[in-house]
Amino acid sequence: MNIDAIKDLAYKMADDQLIIGHRHSEWIGLGPLLEEDIAFASKAQDKVGQSLAFYKLLEALGGQDPDTLAFGRTAAGFHNAIFAELPNGEFDFSIIRHFLFDTAEFIRFEMLAASAYQGFSNLGKKFKGEVQYHILHANEWLQQLGNSDDKTIARMQNTLDYALPYALGVFEPSKWEEALLAEGIFAGERELQARWEERVHAALKQTGLTLPSLTTVEPVYGGRYGQHSEHLQPLLDEMGEVINSEPGAEW
Amino acid sequence: MYGGGYLFEKTSLDLLADEDQEKLAEFEARIDRGEKIEPHDWMPKLYRRQLIRMIEQHAHSEIIGALPEGTWITRAPGFKRKLGLMAKVQDEVGHAQLLYSAAETLGKSREEMIDDLLSGRSKYSNIFNYPAYTWADSCFISWLVDAGAIVNQVANSKGSYGPYCRALERICIEEAFHLKFGHHAVTWLATGTPKQKKMMQEALNRWWYPMLQFFGPPDKESAHSEVLMRWKVKILSNDETRQQWLDMYVPKIWELGLTIPDDKLKKNEETGKWEYTEPDWDEFVKVINGDGPCNKERLAVRKTAEKRGEWVRKAILATSPSKEYVTPLA
Ligand SMILES: [Fe+2]
Ligand SMILES: [Fe+2]
Ligand SMILES: [Fe+2]
Repeated sequence: MNIDAIKDLAYKMADDQLIIGHRHSEWIGLGPLLEEDIAFASKAQDKVGQSLAFYKLLEALGGQDPDTLAFGRTAAGFHNAIFAELPNGEFDFSIIRHFLFDTAEFIRFEMLAASAYQGFSNLGKKFKGEVQYHILHANEWLQQLGNSDDKTIARMQNTLDYALPYALGVFEPSKWEEALLAEGIFAGERELQARWEERVHAALKQTGLTLPSLTTVEPVYGGRYGQHSEHLQPLLDEMGEVINSEPGAEW
Repeated sequence: MYGGGYLFEKTSLDLLADEDQEKLAEFEARIDRGEKIEPHDWMPKLYRRQLIRMIEQHAHSEIIGALPEGTWITRAPGFKRKLGLMAKVQDEVGHAQLLYSAAETLGKSREEMIDDLLSGRSKYSNIFNYPAYTWADSCFISWLVDAGAIVNQVANSKGSYGPYCRALERICIEEAFHLKFGHHAVTWLATGTPKQKKMMQEALNRWWYPMLQFFGPPDKESAHSEVLMRWKVKILSNDETRQQWLDMYVPKIWELGLTIPDDKLKKNEETGKWEYTEPDWDEFVKVINGDGPCNKERLAVRKTAEKRGEWVRKAILATSPSKEYVTPLA
């Protein structure tokens, strides 16, 4: 099998989960309801735990240990979508991102569960249940806020429109699309995006929100190739502040 | 939890004189028999007031206590600590949720309690008015502040009010994990590189006296009344909990090669009691009354969180106006 293609996809998955997990964890103690502090804390742990599993896979494929991979690279070495690294902003953005991003992640895990590469199919099967629970939470909030009063609906619509270019950036094609497809490792970003659009459309139809025609939305690409927004490096600096203060130490 | 050294109102005996004496006697007899008092049972007004006050302080301590540790989640060194700390702080917020709902069974809503927290009318554990400068500070909290909290909680779980005791029993199970996580994290620092050891020692130096204060003023000075003990609202005195903690944890701290910043600290083998230099109790009073290193910051963070979340809470009520978003759990 094409190991480079497998590694590239594993990095994307690992970095996506780590960065979004980090963002989720920033809500702990600051959410609009205690229940949301708890929900975001629990999801953050799932995401970070998922990223760890993918870093372990990379380690088994000859990479460095998970702590070095996660805490030791600069932004240019990260393959997460830019969407994941954007600051939490207010609760509306966090919920919209949570919904759009996790819907994509859920489908990606489902697709991985069917992978011809066992390392992926194992993790896909293992984690799709966790992510399903996340999209239930996201959808519940989407329904509540998306069917609330006019002011809230307008706020959510605004945020949705702002988030869509970044959300489409999640599906930035890699240079391995054909190899992944040919070997049955992964059915590809285009297929993923098509399934995502269906699900997103269906969920939004039950709210007062409208999905603009996606052909008019220009995706924000670059993250998959290490070209990030100004927000990623400060996040990484913070994440590595302690562990990198004493190289070689155990914590 | 947290919540050592609860602050109780001065007991007004007038309030007791007002009560139906027959019911009062039956109530006290039930407590003597070790029965639990439940939300719909008859209880003296003073009992209700002091319990609300205590459980509320405890709940506030959980959410305010989540802040100093919470700021270290994004900086925790490595996967293991990051996952551990997230789980721990999540638990603490969960404790607040349980405790608010236990207090709600006595007739005060979560919103009223949070309003009182933000306005400064109700207190939280004084120790969280001190800053967590380094990773080692957050490790100190996870291990030793939680250890102090456990001493209190185990005692209070044998109290007389059913919903509070049941909440505490659940909380104690989770605290055992916090203790393990905290002890592990401190051990790795204390036995690590010179830089790590120094970091841990400095944190211990900073937290030692606030930690002694955590359990509240010495018994001879604290105005806790005999009636609170008789009603099993308060189970152990401040000095009793402080002694228990010293007895359990001083040897463990020494075992790690750390130095406790008090030359006088020793166990008197005759009395079986620890002797130590008293912390500055004037400072304690000053900090509790709002003039500590972090009081303003802690409340400001909570206020900002409340304000930022206001539109969300309103929006939910607009979707389902009949549905309260607070469900009592206890
Ligand atoms: Fe707690
Ligand atoms: Fe704690
Ligand atoms: Fe705890």
